[in-house]
Amino acid sequence: MLRKFYASSLALMVVTGLAAQPALAETPDQVLASIRGEAEKATPGFQGFSAARGEKFFKATHGNELSCTSCHTENPAAQGKHAKTGKAVQPLAPSASAERFSDPAKVEKWFKRNCNDVLGRVCTAQEKGDVLAYLLTIQK
Amino acid sequence: MLNYQNFPHVLAVAVLAMGVAMSAAQADENRGGKYGGEDRGKPLQPAQANARWQEECSGCHIAYAPGLLPAESWRRAMDGLGKHFGTDASLTAGENKEITDFLVNNASNRWRAPTAPLRITESGWFKRKHDSREVPPDVWKNPLVKSPANCQACHTQAERGDFSERNIKLPK
Repeated sequence: MLRKFYASSLALMVVTGLAAQPALAETPDQVLASIRGEAEKATPGFQGFSAARGEKFFKATHGNELSCTSCHTENPAAQGKHAKTGKAVQPLAPSASAERFSDPAKVEKWFKRNCNDVLGRVCTAQEKGDVLAYLLTIQK
Repeated sequence: MLNYQNFPHVLAVAVLAMGVAMSAAQADENRGGKYGGEDRGKPLQPAQANARWQEECSGCHIAYAPGLLPAESWRRAMDGLGKHFGTDASLTAGENKEITDFLVNNASNRWRAPTAPLRITESGWFKRKHDSREVPPDVWKNPLVKSPANCQACHTQAERGDFSERNIKLPK
């Protein structure tokens, strides 16, 4: 009885231990694949992502005070600066900062925030995938 | 080890000490408290800071110490992260709760006024401590300072919740 109790508490400890770990790291390609999955579901006749379209989107202003480049600069391999606070922003291109696009929850969080600031709405999976496809073409 | 023969004395001293502390607090209360009742807390930051608070808040600016504002200010700020000083700083519900709890539990313990500013720079203690007697007006014009929200431009240990005089260094 007691042994069974120990065994189950041990199992419980192992499980909670695992749950306490941060989300498993992914590669930017894996993140892109999951955005592709989203896009296939959301976009009828989905044609794939385009780095060229992503670049245009990234460098455009979208009718608001802030654009992507306000904080990330025109060069995604360069260090940026927060437009309001001046705090340093690490380069966005995975070739220049290894931890970029390696945590899906973080990717979602920042796309939501920044798309709201730049476009006044959330981005579509197509837009997110295009931008990431573009960022993956950037060499350091 | 508690000596029970001394217990009445210990108790008496404790009660007396509480009385002194309370009357000091009462005196402050009668005057409306220091800085018009808008005083920062002590300590400004607990020895054990919350990791999620540190991580999330420092994404865009320093993680401002919880003792800089009263609990109600933090509730208001955390309730409005969707439009946080003009930008979207939203968190998941779980993250929001954890960080709000940390801020509220460690908020200013010396704030007496029924006010709850969103900006630290609008609080009584901040304005008094940074008026022209304390900070020469030219300092604010220095591009390295940029904004009064940029604590660490002069308070070199601000990120650790340390705003002591000896750690102030005005940028040249």
